[in-house]
Amino acid sequence: MKAATERAQSAWRSGIALLAAAAIYELVARSGMFAPALLPALPKVAATLWSSLLDGSMIEHALFTLYRVLAGLALAIAVGLPLGILMGRFRSVERFLLPLVSAFMPIPSLAWMPLFILWFGLGNTVAILIVLYAALFPMLLNSWSGVRTVNPLWLRAAGAMGAGERALFWKVIIPGASPFIIAGLRQAFLRAWIAVVGAEMLAASDWGLGWVIFDAKEFLNADVMLAALAVIGVIGFAFERIVFGSLERATVLRWGMVRAAKG
Amino acid sequence: MSQTAPVSAPSTVAAASASDESRWLAIAHAALPFLVLALAWEVTAHLGVFPRRLFPPLGEVASALVRLTASGILPHHVLDTLVRLAAGFALAAVVGIAVGFAMGRSRRAEDLCLPLVSIGAPIPGLAYAPLFLLWFGLGNTSAVLLVGFVSAFPVIFNTWTGVKAVKEIWLRAAAAMGADSRRLLHYVVLPGALPYILTGLRLGLAQAWRILVGVEMLAAVPWGLGWMIFGAREFLATNVMLAGVAVIGAIGLALEKIVFERLERFTVVRWGMMA
Repeated sequence: MKAATERAQSAWRSGIALLAAAAIYELVARSGMFAPALLPALPKVAATLWSSLLDGSMIEHALFTLYRVLAGLALAIAVGLPLGILMGRFRSVERFLLPLVSAFMPIPSLAWMPLFILWFGLGNTVAILIVLYAALFPMLLNSWSGVRTVNPLWLRAAGAMGAGERALFWKVIIPGASPFIIAGLRQAFLRAWIAVVGAEMLAASDWGLGWVIFDAKEFLNADVMLAALAVIGVIGFAFERIVFGSLERATVLRWGMVRAAKG
Repeated sequence: MSQTAPVSAPSTVAAASASDESRWLAIAHAALPFLVLALAWEVTAHLGVFPRRLFPPLGEVASALVRLTASGILPHHVLDTLVRLAAGFALAAVVGIAVGFAMGRSRRAEDLCLPLVSIGAPIPGLAYAPLFLLWFGLGNTSAVLLVGFVSAFPVIFNTWTGVKAVKEIWLRAAAAMGADSRRLLHYVVLPGALPYILTGLRLGLAQAWRILVGVEMLAAVPWGLGWMIFGAREFLATNVMLAGVAVIGAIGLALEKIVFERLERFTVVRWGMMA
């Protein structure tokens, strides 16, 4: 009972905090201290968001951004996952790739941006490659450590029960490494989501949420910016909670390999 | 804020015994992939498949690096970038640890801050950049504030988790032995939460570094590595870009390896809280 009332109190306080933050923002926006173009009132932001959703332009921008993220992420998975698994299984591959990975990982993906623009021109290719670079390393490192942390006892047990190399791989190693692989996927998406916004701002491609924000700066449309920010936040949040959350529930949580996080 | 298993230095190095011969072997093993990559690059560059201006041989990149360093241009860029990084990250560390502590210690602060932090955190840092540029103008103020703002989130989350993860029994034991709340904070909560706080700072610094490069491209700052490589685009100076990318990578690696590994060795590892 006590826990329930405490939770209710928490929820109530959280609501109050959000309302208070909105109220303070609204007060500052209406006080005329700052130009309304720079600090638009919330109803105006909401109206902008609503109308851009209705005429479909915001949805189209979001679809372009999603296409770039998902294409880059798919490439990162296609490259990173097999390489990571090979690194975990074969010592020679690990020896060759690990120094390269350690050297290239600390370079922020956006640092490649100007070079990629020169090489591939403005547009989708650059954005997708930047996303690929950003998402590759979490994917690769996590599948590598996932494969390495598979309990050797499981391998020996499966081997003793007559599992072939192939069965071992699909039935033991992949499921055993899956908590790490899913964590890597999650992290890769977060990185990709950050990278795509930056790439869209700098590689000016006419479509995409990052481009909307950047373009709105030229016209001092802070309401458009805030609306696009909200869309970016909602999509990121939805992916994190809904897509990866349900992926986890369907696999590693159901198999009892990780506990559900508290809170 | 999920944290993967820490990436260790090439395991070949760790595996090598103290003897000189195997150390050389380990270095050779670590250098081999770079040699192969460099050779592949060089061959492609000299084959002339791509225009030389866009795909310069490594010698040109190295000479650009030397030329820029000798003329003092590159050090100036590096210095400005590092000052910005330090200022932004210091801001994030101070604010982030303070907010995280308050959230971990007081339920009221947690209820008030958590919704705001959870809404702000998942939005990519660069998405805020144009807004910050509008509000605070082009240049340093925006860059530093944005870096601070963005890298504060991992610090807040980890400090909060760390303070909450301090064992209840330590707190009660210390209180039973007569520690007042200040001593409790100083001798129990802070050291107890430190492994988490360090992880948060580490993630925050990595985030700050990634964002800073992008911000420097957008914020029209006169000096800075991000600006250097972005500006080089205008002159098709691919060699300058590659030199800049190499320096950025080296600094990123140094921040991770030198600053944080040392800090961890002196604190939590020495106290036996982390392996």
